[in-house]
Amino acid sequence: MTPARPHDPLPSMARRERVTRIALYALLVLGALMALLPMLWMLSASLMPTGEASTFPPHFLPSKPTIAHYRDLFTRLSLGRYLFNSALISIVVTFASLAVNSMAGYAFAKLRFRGRDKLFRFLSAGLVLPVQVSMLPLFLLLKNMGLINTYWGVIIPGLASIFGIFLVRQYALSIPDEMLDAARVDGASEARIFWSIVVPGILPILATLSIWTFLATWNDFMWPLIVLSDESHYTLPVALANLSGEHVQDTELMMAGSVITVIPVMLVFLFLQRYYIQGVMAGSVKG
Amino acid sequence: MGREGEVVSQLLPGFEKAHPGIKVQVQQIPWSAAHEKLLTAYVGEATPDIAMLGNTWVPEFVALDALEPLDSRVAQSKELPKSDYFQGIWDTNTVDGVTYGIPWYVDTRVIFYRSDLLANAGCPQMPSTWAAWRQCMVQLKSKMNDHQYPLLIPITEWPPIVILGLQAGSPILRDDGRFGGFSQPQFMKGFDFYVSLFRDGLAPPFAGTEISNLYQEFERGNIAMYISGPWQIGEFTNRLPKNLQDKWMTATLPGVDGPGVSLAGGASLSLFRGSKHKTEAWQLMEYLSRPDVQVEFHKLTGDLPARRTAWNDPLLANNKYMKAFRDQLERAVPTPKVPEWEQIATKVFEHGERAVRGRQTPQQAMQALDRDVDVILDKRRFLMDRKAGK
Amino acid sequence: MSKLKIPSEANTAAWFFLTPALVLIGVFFFLPVAASLLLSVTDFDLYGIANPGNTRFVGFENYSRLLRTPDFWQALKNTFYFAVVGGPLTIAVSLGAALLLSSKLVRFKSFFRTIYFTPFVTTLVAVAIVWKYLYHTRYGLFNYALGAIGIGPIDWLGDPHWAMPAIILMAVWKSFGYNMLIFIAGLQAIPEDLYDAAEIDGASAWRRFFSITLPMLAPTLVFVSVITMIGYFQLFAEPYVMTQGGPLRSTTSVVLLMYEEGFRWWRMGYAAAIAFVLFIVILLATLVQFRLQKERT
Repeated sequence: MTPARPHDPLPSMARRERVTRIALYALLVLGALMALLPMLWMLSASLMPTGEASTFPPHFLPSKPTIAHYRDLFTRLSLGRYLFNSALISIVVTFASLAVNSMAGYAFAKLRFRGRDKLFRFLSAGLVLPVQVSMLPLFLLLKNMGLINTYWGVIIPGLASIFGIFLVRQYALSIPDEMLDAARVDGASEARIFWSIVVPGILPILATLSIWTFLATWNDFMWPLIVLSDESHYTLPVALANLSGEHVQDTELMMAGSVITVIPVMLVFLFLQRYYIQGVMAGSVKG
Repeated sequence: MGREGEVVSQLLPGFEKAHPGIKVQVQQIPWSAAHEKLLTAYVGEATPDIAMLGNTWVPEFVALDALEPLDSRVAQSKELPKSDYFQGIWDTNTVDGVTYGIPWYVDTRVIFYRSDLLANAGCPQMPSTWAAWRQCMVQLKSKMNDHQYPLLIPITEWPPIVILGLQAGSPILRDDGRFGGFSQPQFMKGFDFYVSLFRDGLAPPFAGTEISNLYQEFERGNIAMYISGPWQIGEFTNRLPKNLQDKWMTATLPGVDGPGVSLAGGASLSLFRGSKHKTEAWQLMEYLSRPDVQVEFHKLTGDLPARRTAWNDPLLANNKYMKAFRDQLERAVPTPKVPEWEQIATKVFEHGERAVRGRQTPQQAMQALDRDVDVILDKRRFLMDRKAGK
Repeated sequence: MSKLKIPSEANTAAWFFLTPALVLIGVFFFLPVAASLLLSVTDFDLYGIANPGNTRFVGFENYSRLLRTPDFWQALKNTFYFAVVGGPLTIAVSLGAALLLSSKLVRFKSFFRTIYFTPFVTTLVAVAIVWKYLYHTRYGLFNYALGAIGIGPIDWLGDPHWAMPAIILMAVWKSFGYNMLIFIAGLQAIPEDLYDAAEIDGASAWRRFFSITLPMLAPTLVFVSVITMIGYFQLFAEPYVMTQGGPLRSTTSVVLLMYEEGFRWWRMGYAAAIAFVLFIVILLATLVQFRLQKERT
């Protein structure tokens, strides 16, 4: 049995601890400031009157806060449309891929079938392939299917993810076989077992995966950039890059656009961060 | 693209009233992405009915067989007399003798300058030869500090480099567009002149992305001259303060020994083969080509009408800044009409930049450019040879 | 418990669950990847899109031309610069943050953890645009701060020497949160008694770090450095938005080059070769990392 720690350490140790503690807090706060500064300036500049963000010395806070740029974005520059596109695509992909990936992940974890392990190994090998290698032929394939410049052209490639299947399988492995077999004995169909036993059992990883997918799809840039040529279909990141080409002079306007792009994902993250963070940390320990 | 995309919708009510039942949808793209977006649209079989094409892109879309030939429509049209268009401009839309685009607006590059600063430095009017121009810049520089420059040429743009080459008499590509001609003596003459401007501190080595606000710099006197196009007339008028409005002016470009040529730029309206509404689209094209509508468009954008008749309108005839453009348009020359031009143009300023920054000598930079260009033109040579039956 | 279902029935159910994912991944990922290899031995381009008869089979010519093109080597060099400097930098910052947040002496851990993770969640394009303005030579906050301590203005995005460091800095800021979480989890897994024992033996904080923390974190470190490296080799959005690959192509990455050649100039055969070379490079880099790790243990 280890001896209990003394309740009052020696005075010099206490002082040293206090100094260290202060230093650590100072570092933490400094780090927090550095992490937040660009976002804070983005918000501040978005509220500045035109031209104020390009002054020397730079201003940290707007002299006369205005929401003119936000108004501009939603009226003249139809940002609402892009917001809708991003939301539509992200939500559809999140829910649809959840179904697809969880079914496959469960199958690899718990269903016994011929060739299972070989197939899974083959699939995992695909993780090594960078997605950019697929983009050119994928574009030509979608062209032949008539899906260029459509929502489907962005949605379909995102519906199944090897990584997502991996995550679900990892988690689903921990479901006791006995529980599943018992249900089979009772005559339950596989679909029923999946819905009533498995899904509730892997809810945490499903939460994590859905947040992950939502964030990744919302933030996705390269593929939507390639596939969408018609601005009415643009997602926010593509529209933002588009605007920045045309309005490089309008700093404040661009900052407002960035704020609008970032807010939804920030909100999703802040409200659901527990699941997300747990997922990242759990995934790493097992993996 | 650009401002045109923003305002063209204002021209539409007139058309829609004259043609009830036709609804027009406009889509805007910034210039920087327009080329690739239009190509993507073509590849994805999602092209619009009509597109505004930079006229240097017409050969490319023709190679793709994307555009509808327009000669028969033009011949039958009561609205579009070919002779009313600037010859050099119409020529840019013709590939192998067939017309694929109607010039919508034209542009060319001239010099915008601070007349007060130039007068102050001993140049009462814009010089017309390279030597005198250079001298003027040197005199300007002597009155400026280290952060100020007589001439602004963004080094990520290819037009200034190509213009100087054209002025020096270079055909840009040689052997009917089979090989690059950038390291040939004529082009080198222009390019050497270009690089010397930076070397001698007469132009700043800024990339385009850093000019956060050109108008501010012009207003503050940090820049005295800028080579640009007609859209700047509107921008300068709107963005510069009132007290500066009588202190700037436009002038035609100086050439080697006298007034020089400039680019026959501009945009055309082209009809896509894939359009399902060709008749209606053509009607829109005719409408937009009417002289009065051209003048209206000019009022909204500052873009120059492609039809000589439109230029007779007092709005243009009496505009002091327009005079330089009207003059320059008579000395406007097209760039090589090859489908690969867009890619070649990008390489031009990339290699140019190396010489400007002193990484390579002008000769080295242009030889490297020619090597790249020759590779780019490889397929064209192959196809041309095959067609010739070699 | 014996198997209660006949194998073929189990098979049917399994394939029902698997088919959507397998079809999607097969058709929209593996198939294109294989096709890329095929594409890379042709000169399929804009002329080819107009009329497939304009395409020639060129064997390895795309690859050999790639190896002879200075632009490609520059892109490769830039990408390596980004990954080899940015990677360790990100890992160091993440580890530092993780250590800070694992210290017994601080509270409000989850609050700070959330703040540090926030940059990772934000949309890259939006952030790149913000940083573009922060890096402005005259009006940007960074040069203002540098000026306050007497360092002259740096032309962050216009100077070929500073453009890639500027992008690296932004990438480190944006991604350190993710690795930080993984390190926190890894640190939590280290048994407390190891530290206690070392402390009793009189080991200093540094000593404890090098002799206990680092070795125990070794598997985590390998995992983190491999996924960070793989991610960084795929650099695209930052140079696309902030510098368009310039100045002087100093920030053109391999993926940006592929995008330009493939989707701007439509030289798709050539671009496919670039994509495949990227794959080989990433594969090699990953194997090298694993080998290094094996040799260390």
